[in-house]
Amino acid sequence: MTFTQIAFYFFGAVMVFAASMVITIRNPVKSALFLVLAFFSAACVWITLEAEFLAIVLVLVYVGAVMVLFLFVVMMLDINLARLREGFGEYLPIGGLVAVLMMIEMTVVLSADDFSAGNLPRPEGHGPEYSNTRELGALLYTFYVYPFQIAAIILLVAIIAAIALTLRKRPDTKYQDPHRQVSVKKEDRLRIVKMSAAVRRRENQ
Amino acid sequence: MIPLSHYLILGAIMFSLSVVGIFLNRKNVVILLMAIELLLLAVNINFVAFSHYLQDPAGQVFVFFILTVAAAESAIGLAILIVLFRNRRSINVEDLGSLKG
Repeated sequence: MTFTQIAFYFFGAVMVFAASMVITIRNPVKSALFLVLAFFSAACVWITLEAEFLAIVLVLVYVGAVMVLFLFVVMMLDINLARLREGFGEYLPIGGLVAVLMMIEMTVVLSADDFSAGNLPRPEGHGPEYSNTRELGALLYTFYVYPFQIAAIILLVAIIAAIALTLRKRPDTKYQDPHRQVSVKKEDRLRIVKMSAAVRRRENQ
Repeated sequence: MIPLSHYLILGAIMFSLSVVGIFLNRKNVVILLMAIELLLLAVNINFVAFSHYLQDPAGQVFVFFILTVAAAESAIGLAILIVLFRNRRSINVEDLGSLKG
């Protein structure tokens, strides 16, 4: 067994273990942490496929941003776990049956001769001068430039939607309104009172 | 040498596990969102594997776009979840029948 094979089977096993823990463990925080492990092993599997850029992006974007968001939300919500776990095993037989059937079907199809090592051999690895990032960038900024911009717009929509959904006005909090502060006039604040001068006399004089 | 089918079967196992997760945790919206993330990850493994074996980097470009859409989806999903929890004090799917669909 070569090093690539050992790495693939090890990280694949870790990924399957982490995924099964994600769906069965009781605590949502632990489940999010196992999801981090699953993404990390997936990144390692992608490195055995020479997709270095995507592996790093998976770690940076998913483990660094999306999973932190998940953990943040899970820890912020005060969830009643006992109610959410009601009927957990109720659908296990039918769900397990569907999954096992699906896996058997897909395994039968995917073990066909079309995908075997003899029919579709693994290509030779690239040399040390090969840059996956450069290759992807050359493709992304030329041939896929319009989809790339649509992806940017999707992210912008996601930002605006997330902010617009969670923003709430609180009428009882005190805050400064700079517009009203700078546009104030003298007449709004200052009142000049005219009164006649009067001399006050002391009593012992 | 690892044949392509092993990568594809790994993706199939991940896909099936996430489907089981959707069946098991059908009351907890957070775990449902996590199962959807796992599902997209399983698809991405297939894309990257085919991209390597067919020597075509276009597959990796598509993984890039799927990652973008999945990140946007989870951000909006979690925002909806927070609004939901603020209004209902619950994220149980069974409490969310107000649309009577």
